[in-house]
Amino acid sequence: MVEKSKVFQIGVHCFMILLMLFCLIPFLLLVVSSFTAESALLKNGYSFFPSEISFDAYKALLIDSSSILRGYFLSFVVTIVGTLSNIILTLLFAYPLSRKDLPGKGFFSFMVFFTMLFNGGLVPTYMMWTGVFNIKNTLWALIVPNLMMGAFYVIMMRTYFTTNIPEAVLEAARIDGAGELKMLIQIVLPMSKPIIATIILLVGLNYWNDWLNGLYYVNDDRLYSIQVLLNKMLMDVQYLMTNAASSMGQSIQLPATGIKMAVAVMGALPMFIIYPFFQKYFVQGIVIGAVKG
Amino acid sequence: MSKKLKKYKRYLPLYFMMVPGLVYLIINNYIPMGGIIIAFKKFNYAKGILGSPWTGMDNFEFLFKTKEAWTITRNTLVYNMLFIVIGTILAVAVAILLNELKSVMAKKVYQTVILVPFLISIVVVSYLVYGFLSTDTGFINRSILQPMGKDSVSWYSDPTYWPIILVIVNVWKNLGYNCIIYYATVVGLDTSLYESAAIDGAGRWKRIWHITLPGLKTTIITLVLMSVGRVFYSDFGLFYQVPMNSGPLIDVTNTIDTYVYRGLMELNNIGMASAAAVYQSLVGFILVLSANMLVRKIDQESALF
Repeated sequence: MVEKSKVFQIGVHCFMILLMLFCLIPFLLLVVSSFTAESALLKNGYSFFPSEISFDAYKALLIDSSSILRGYFLSFVVTIVGTLSNIILTLLFAYPLSRKDLPGKGFFSFMVFFTMLFNGGLVPTYMMWTGVFNIKNTLWALIVPNLMMGAFYVIMMRTYFTTNIPEAVLEAARIDGAGELKMLIQIVLPMSKPIIATIILLVGLNYWNDWLNGLYYVNDDRLYSIQVLLNKMLMDVQYLMTNAASSMGQSIQLPATGIKMAVAVMGALPMFIIYPFFQKYFVQGIVIGAVKG
Repeated sequence: MSKKLKKYKRYLPLYFMMVPGLVYLIINNYIPMGGIIIAFKKFNYAKGILGSPWTGMDNFEFLFKTKEAWTITRNTLVYNMLFIVIGTILAVAVAILLNELKSVMAKKVYQTVILVPFLISIVVVSYLVYGFLSTDTGFINRSILQPMGKDSVSWYSDPTYWPIILVIVNVWKNLGYNCIIYYATVVGLDTSLYESAAIDGAGRWKRIWHITLPGLKTTIITLVLMSVGRVFYSDFGLFYQVPMNSGPLIDVTNTIDTYVYRGLMELNNIGMASAAAVYQSLVGFILVLSANMLVRKIDQESALF
């Protein structure tokens, strides 16, 4: 019996290790390729065992700072501003909804909730943002549409408030003469750190990885975030070449095959760096979201 | 009267807090809902939405007369069904196996690693796929097919393999996410049941079959029904970006979402695009409502409303 159990454990470990490899191997190919010399790439293709290692792709990225570093910087700005706006809007909206006694609470909850069931679709949305609000080719395009507040996160936060913040605490504060905003900031916020951290991470992930707003609303290449830039580079092989050529007077031969992979590595890197530290919150967010969302 | 007014005055700060969020919801979500009338008009940029003449159901008639209407419906539905069935079976299996492991450390490492693909954008995913499938420099052509003496495949212009490729990519990206949800449920199951089963001498598979799986039943049914409620929506990036918007593949990669996008942005066919979008919104709405009704019957707690 003991032997059998040991065999089973080893078998499961083997399976899990294979699964891990399945998850990680594509990244390995990406990273290795980005460090492979252009000549080796052209000769042997993308490979796990490069015949010649080189940092040329990354060097080229630094030289061609105009588009890629700008995209990187833009992604950071958009992610930070967007996530902050989202969390403020979500907090301000979820807190009143968590108050059982608020008149009209049902109506407002339904208003949030209905957006998860029905939507107008891309055509009117696109026409409104471009025609009425004129956000085409502005920084707003990357921040405002679709991502700045989501029903999902509002409901998640409201549920957290109703289950984790005792009404007696709020009542006591009110008797002490605290206003609603003060109560939100001084009582509710400190008690809600886990959910706030979770939502910040999930929303931040959405902003960093977003390329749809860029695809829909931006065609000015000074406003390409790193994901939009990646999209353009893959769809249009010539994009990077012409862009680099014009900015460098066509003197340098770009390692085009490897540079693609290097930019993709850069696009995924920040998430990989923060993930190990915040893994707990990601997992928590997914679990709460699935069960209560 | 004054008492009632006083009561509302007390809540005034709360209503004020909600104003920014309400404004955002109205602009971002509710105004576009009104815009579905475009589908019933012969849209003309010069005249605007309200000024364009009504055409009744013309756009829909045109849409459903095309071959694409059938293709995009089939692709959206069949791919989603495949994703749901394969994704659920794998996620449940992995969650149960994870739970059977004794080493706490190993559990944590596995769980952490399989979630990694979920963290990257679909654009980066399309680079990963490109690394394997690129005709000239891809790993499969250069390091597998050619050394074996076989002909290279032009992956991006041969639709044969794309149904499988898309399923693999989808499973690869979402397995960790689904698995974590099921794993959380398994961990939350009543451990005393396991202990008494062990005392009764039930083997591992018996335990899994009679305790773990029934314990997961509600979660599985709920999540599957929720996904069924969304079978009319597809992951735009997966179907547009991963196949690199390649023309020859369109028959197996065109879904309602990519059709709407192409109609609006590339072909400037507002009538068809908006008709397809309304078709998606309405059928999607009905599906979500029905799925939720079923969930309510099975487990009231898990229902959306």
